[in-house]
Amino acid sequence: MRGLLQSWRLFRRELAAGEVRVLLAALVLAVTAVTAVGFITDRAERALALEANRLLGGDAVLRADQPIAEGPRQLAAREGLRVAETLSFPSMLRHADRFKLADLRALGPGFPLRGHYLLLADDGQSDRISRDIPEPGTLWLSRAGAEAMGARIGDQLSVGDSALTLAALVSQEPDAALDYFNVAPRAFLNLADLPATGLIQQGSRISYRLVVAGDVAAVSRFSSAIKATLGRGQRLETISDARPEIRSALERADRFLGLSALLSVVLAAIAVAMAARRHCARHLDGCAVMRCLGASQARITTIYIGEVVWLGVVGSGIGVLLGLAIQAALGSWLARVMGLAIPPAGLWPAIEGVLVGFTVLLAFAVPPILALRGVSALRVLRRDLAGAEAGAVLSTIAGLSGLAALLWLKAGSASLAFSMLAGIAITLLALGLLAAALIALLRRLRGRLRGPWRYGLANVGRRPLSSAAQISALGLGLMVILLLTLVRTDLLDRWQRALPADAPNRFIINVQSDQVQPVQQFLRDGGVDSVELYPMIRGRLIELNQQPVSGSDFAGNGERARRLAEREFNLSASSSYRSSDNRIVAGNWWPEGGPAEPEVSVEQGLASALGWKLGDHVAFDIAGRRFDARISSLREVDWESFRPNFFVVASPGALDGYAGSHITAIRLPEARPGLANDLVTRFPNLSVIDIDAVLAQVRNTANQVTMAVEYVFYFTLLAGILVLLAAVTSTQDERLQEGSVMRVLGARHWQLRMAHASEFIAIGLLAGLTAATAATVLSGVIAEQVFGLPWSANWPVAAAGALAGMSAVTISGLLATRRVLSAPPDRTLRALA
Amino acid sequence: MTDTSAEPAVAQLSADSVLVVNGLGKRVPLPDRQLTILDDVSFSIRAGEAVAIVGASGSGKSTLLGLMAGLDLPSSGTVILAGESLNALDEDGRARLRGQKVGFVFQSFQLLPSLTALENVMLPLELADAADAMTPARDILQKVGLGDRLGHYPRQLSGGEQQRVALARAFVTRPDVLFADEPTGNLDTETGAQVIDLLFELNRQQGTTLVLVTHDEKLAVRCDRSLRLSGGQLVSP
Repeated sequence: MRGLLQSWRLFRRELAAGEVRVLLAALVLAVTAVTAVGFITDRAERALALEANRLLGGDAVLRADQPIAEGPRQLAAREGLRVAETLSFPSMLRHADRFKLADLRALGPGFPLRGHYLLLADDGQSDRISRDIPEPGTLWLSRAGAEAMGARIGDQLSVGDSALTLAALVSQEPDAALDYFNVAPRAFLNLADLPATGLIQQGSRISYRLVVAGDVAAVSRFSSAIKATLGRGQRLETISDARPEIRSALERADRFLGLSALLSVVLAAIAVAMAARRHCARHLDGCAVMRCLGASQARITTIYIGEVVWLGVVGSGIGVLLGLAIQAALGSWLARVMGLAIPPAGLWPAIEGVLVGFTVLLAFAVPPILALRGVSALRVLRRDLAGAEAGAVLSTIAGLSGLAALLWLKAGSASLAFSMLAGIAITLLALGLLAAALIALLRRLRGRLRGPWRYGLANVGRRPLSSAAQISALGLGLMVILLLTLVRTDLLDRWQRALPADAPNRFIINVQSDQVQPVQQFLRDGGVDSVELYPMIRGRLIELNQQPVSGSDFAGNGERARRLAEREFNLSASSSYRSSDNRIVAGNWWPEGGPAEPEVSVEQGLASALGWKLGDHVAFDIAGRRFDARISSLREVDWESFRPNFFVVASPGALDGYAGSHITAIRLPEARPGLANDLVTRFPNLSVIDIDAVLAQVRNTANQVTMAVEYVFYFTLLAGILVLLAAVTSTQDERLQEGSVMRVLGARHWQLRMAHASEFIAIGLLAGLTAATAATVLSGVIAEQVFGLPWSANWPVAAAGALAGMSAVTISGLLATRRVLSAPPDRTLRALA
Repeated sequence: MTDTSAEPAVAQLSADSVLVVNGLGKRVPLPDRQLTILDDVSFSIRAGEAVAIVGASGSGKSTLLGLMAGLDLPSSGTVILAGESLNALDEDGRARLRGQKVGFVFQSFQLLPSLTALENVMLPLELADAADAMTPARDILQKVGLGDRLGHYPRQLSGGEQQRVALARAFVTRPDVLFADEPTGNLDTETGAQVIDLLFELNRQQGTTLVLVTHDEKLAVRCDRSLRLSGGQLVSP
């Protein structure tokens, strides 16, 4: 207790004297950065999740296989959310004497809460927007469905026991992101008409959906509460239910946010470590004096560790408040600029900020303090006695362990944390070795150098441990900044490249085998350059390696695997594969002419989700017929190319004779905006899906996320620059003293400047080069492992980064040492005596 | 090697000895040989006595001071300070003894730069858990003529003023023994004289035993007696 009081006294006094300002500033900065980045990424992630869910027709969707009880409705009402209800199930439709299995959707009042339907206008050419549902007694049909049944507006269709009038044809649904490849006719009716149909019976395969929308915070609360009380057969529909093209863009954005937050922790750790080192170095004398004045080792340890704890409390407190303020300002600004409602952040980033502050501070400051105990009291008589440098190794080990724990916590993935930590450790080792080599070289060279260069470079060599520590910290800081720049450049490039100007904007589905040639010809005549049609056959998985399987067999592989296995697969067949967005990662593509036995190539993500391996045998049921094949290759698919891609592709000819249709993707020529309508007029059974609308939504979300990412990035960058300053400031005292002595001996301003500049250029060059190399390699690992992007070394950015790093170190170094020139040398010498 | 056995009484032992140094030696290993800094030094100092330790630079004065104050351990011989053998105490024990019985004044002042004049003087009292550190610290700073500089930091004080704060810090615990290592070494003649006057005045008022290391013969003659070191050995004055 007494020790705590004394440490508080010391902290207060040192704070008043400005002695702990550097460490406090570093800590505040670290906690602010971690907290603000944490808050912003947390909010951006929530915004992203919400945005993504809007692609599903509402802000959040609760899906169940039983009628949804009152609980969730009451909860939504309490939160002030708008609610709509839909039911969907397969059912037979009858028009005159034609029967067709359709996907029936009963829509409750208010639906859709987000987005709209596109209905075919009366002219039969253009679309009109509708935010309503069918009137009671009427029915809407998907355009292709109406064509398949030969139904016209005004016709009567039978649905169960009811007869409904066809009132509109639907071109696009608000929740199209879910599965726009489904070719079954879709019928939409008013929920009020459903009981009269008599279709709701025991055992019907019905999906009940409760769609909510409203204030973002309320939606967040609703989703969290629902998640906690999900019953059997219930789940919140998320973006993982959406098409892979949309999912993968959003997931990458999410991971980048996570990475930024992670790197801000690393930067924070470096800043605090450097400041802690200086803090301890400056307390060597005080420690010796206290020993002379009778303080025991335990007392000294208590006082100084206590001081660090107080520092942690005050610094973390200020940091969290600043972080909150910044995220509030930035959050509302972002919301205004992006027109995006950003949900409030949770408490976790604040807790995390404090946790990071304390862990880093204690890990890096305590070992040197423990080393302070070993300071000889004799230091008061002989200043040359060794200080706390002995604690450097222990400090590094403790610091890295603390950092490892934090990275693990933050990354939520051991492999990401491990590759990050391994990258840091290897960078540190490389920096240490290079620094040692440079120092040895400088020692040899110094005899040949002249003037200020000699003094400046001698400084690097004279304090090998200190120089090595400084070069390592600077290098690591630069590496982190460069890493983030490289990954961000990669990612942004990717988003822009993913949606090039000639990206397809229409999918054409349901092309029958005998229409392939005519459709190709029609499109070519219409000005579309290359038209490639792919067979698309829907099949349900029935066997794996001769064992019958169902969705529940995959429950052990996670919910997504179960749903994937339950759904119908879109199978295709091809003799060649498109290398622009497909890459074989295991096995081999079949030879020209195809293999003797049927083979399939499977998308890698699906294979790993379902636990399929190369050589496994799979069997599908295609409209009552069985299809058997061996998995002969695994493919990586770039879904963001927005071209027709399939999870399962069969060898040529393997699917011949199975019932199915063809699909293609085209970009409408600008000169022929009406081509799609002409196509449908000419081939009425085709469905043309306008993916521009879906793309626009994805693009919009990607743009919004990019902005959030950019600001998070700039903030992390700012933190990095401050780290550089902190690192340079950490040896300021020695430089001040040397500078003063040199000035006393007659050194002129430019000579001192040159001496400092040569020292910083040497340090900056070394740190910059190592950092650029390490960042380039690590960004490659991250691009491939975390983002699933192919890596190509971005040397120009790396070189520019190294150069910028060197300049930043030199400029911040010269700024930090300008006091050497301005302060009267005698006063500096006396102050530092 | 530390020798803790009772050496033949070379030093003059008396009942009122506050410091007894017996057969003290300090050797440090060099790559090729052992360097002897102090060799078989013995003497004793009575309570209230003022003793100067003089000698040329490198004669071992500061090493002797460090050993007497328990800041370092001897290679051989013993030091008995205020009735306790320093050899028998561990570092914390020696720190406790220093806190209770010893005051220091250094050539380079050794004030903590982050503490004000008043806080620097309060520090030894606070470390000894004194109930009220402020009043005696303020009183003694008044006494050394710095009553109006209590809130100033060392960097805001002149060398003479800093040394006066150091004197106040040394005397505020009313030590039995005060060790002073070249207290005027960093000061000009005039300021140095003022500081020394103050040192002797406080010493007289408190009846403290003074051990003064100096190379200044004029300063040495103000003490009751001098011990001269040469090449690490005591020689006749």
